[in-house]
Amino acid sequence: MTSDESHSEMPPAAPAAATGARSATPTGQPLVSLKNVNKHFGALHVLQDINLEVTKGEVVVVIGPSGSGKSTLCRAINRLETIDDGEILIDGNKLPAEGKALAKLRADVGMVFQSFNLFAHKSILENVTLGPIKVKGMKQAEAKELAMSLLQRVGVANQSQKLPAQLSGGQQQRVAIARALAMKPKVMLFDEPTSALDPEMINEVLDTMVQLAKEGMTMIVVTHEMGFARKAADRVIFMADGKIVEQATPEEFFTNPKSDRAKDFLGKILEH
Amino acid sequence: MDSLSEYFQSYLTALESYDVIGAFWVNIQLAFWAALGSAVLGTVLALMRISPVPSFRWAGATYVNIFRNTPLTIIMTFCILVMVFQLQINLSSDFNFNFFLWAIVGLSVYHAAFVCEAIRSGVNTVPLGQAEAARAIGLSFLPAARMIILPQAFRGAIAPLGNTLIALIKNTTVAAAASVIEAAGLMKTMIEFRPDVILAIFATFAAGFVILVIPVGLLTTWLSTKLAVTR
Ligand SMILES: Nc1ncnc2c1ncn2[C@@H]1O[C@H](COP(=O)(O)OP(=O)(O)OP(=O)(O)O)[C@@H](O)[C@H]1O
Ligand SMILES: [Mg+2]
Repeated sequence: MTSDESHSEMPPAAPAAATGARSATPTGQPLVSLKNVNKHFGALHVLQDINLEVTKGEVVVVIGPSGSGKSTLCRAINRLETIDDGEILIDGNKLPAEGKALAKLRADVGMVFQSFNLFAHKSILENVTLGPIKVKGMKQAEAKELAMSLLQRVGVANQSQKLPAQLSGGQQQRVAIARALAMKPKVMLFDEPTSALDPEMINEVLDTMVQLAKEGMTMIVVTHEMGFARKAADRVIFMADGKIVEQATPEEFFTNPKSDRAKDFLGKILEH
Repeated sequence: MDSLSEYFQSYLTALESYDVIGAFWVNIQLAFWAALGSAVLGTVLALMRISPVPSFRWAGATYVNIFRNTPLTIIMTFCILVMVFQLQINLSSDFNFNFFLWAIVGLSVYHAAFVCEAIRSGVNTVPLGQAEAARAIGLSFLPAARMIILPQAFRGAIAPLGNTLIALIKNTTVAAAASVIEAAGLMKTMIEFRPDVILAIFATFAAGFVILVIPVGLLTTWLSTKLAVTR
């Protein structure tokens, strides 16, 4: 089992060449591109002919009622879910079906989950260094330095020797962001990163995300936090019943939604 | 009072004329090597059963269903009658050591099915999000299993693994079916030749196994609380 460690840092020849050729993204070429993506869960058509392009540095907020397919969309982008048909490209590369090539490309897409999912048996520091060391083959010392600077950035450097369960939810989520950033992803996906948090911890996580957006990270964020959308998003995408119903700038979407579904939905969340 | 000390004297002479400790030592050795063998095989089987490849999952499940549901005595007899006598597959040129090795194989093959299921129950204690987070940072199946899933699964499986080990220790007596001289076999011989102290002989061997097994139970209870993963 130890042997695949040494392999994992070496991507198979063909996809590596392709990455190299396109690594300099020309402005305008989408970093994430979904073309006619369809996905079913049995009879349920969760993603219906989704077309979406996200350019480098863009921050896109995905919003919509429960069950509209927002999580599925996120998970399809780094292939935690398979799709039935259509195409998903990350920086011009088609997502490989399985195996090492997929694992490699997944490292380009950082993911932050609603339930943090920090590795429960590993320290905060190990959570962040694991990917760089085991996937990218980084040296222990270098990975530690990188991890500490990232933990510093998200404000939990002083917790680095603790286990995840010893941290508050807000701290855990910021560690999860640092863990994803440690892979130097091209794009970060956030699936309701603050919905599992106590209200007083939401802002510390949102502030970290706003900071990240300001630094030019490409982000796709599923969230109902309108404050974040207004502050950091370039575009809001409204999903309902597996379809992208409407997209607009945050200002335009929140003040003047066009579709009835969006008006109805905004009416409901604004009541709270 | 006299008859009691007489009985005790006879029991002592019986003990002196047989190598009881040596026989138990054989059981301990069988248990040790079979525990190692079944741990390795059981882990591989558990990996197969949780792997993304359907044919691996099928093969793992088939193995477990066959070996978990076959009596150990039949597996042990098969090893000797078919593997050794019929097919002449010898693991050692030494007659007795060959049987000893085959007994370890039989015990390992059988208990691996239980180890596999114990680990799988441990895997079920690991939230799905752990595997997803591992995949999301670019780990493929085997590294994710080795570094993230199995370490947590083992900690969640200590109690059922301990039960399997306890069963294994007691099941080493079935090696008698593979002509290995061990405790249960010796007990039969002693009873045959010293029926006068039959109760004491039974008590001795029962106590021997209790002494072997109790620490395992205590250790697993202690470990399962000490190593529990806090979430
Ligand atoms: N693994 C699965 N198997 C079957 N159905 C699923 C599965 N995952 C999600 N679904 C269904 O697909 C639909 C879309 O789910 P999804 O989680 O993408 O919605 P969502 O927009 O993220 O909702 P929420 O706001 O509640 O998180 C839902 O009806 C859900 O029940
Ligand atoms: Mg969701």
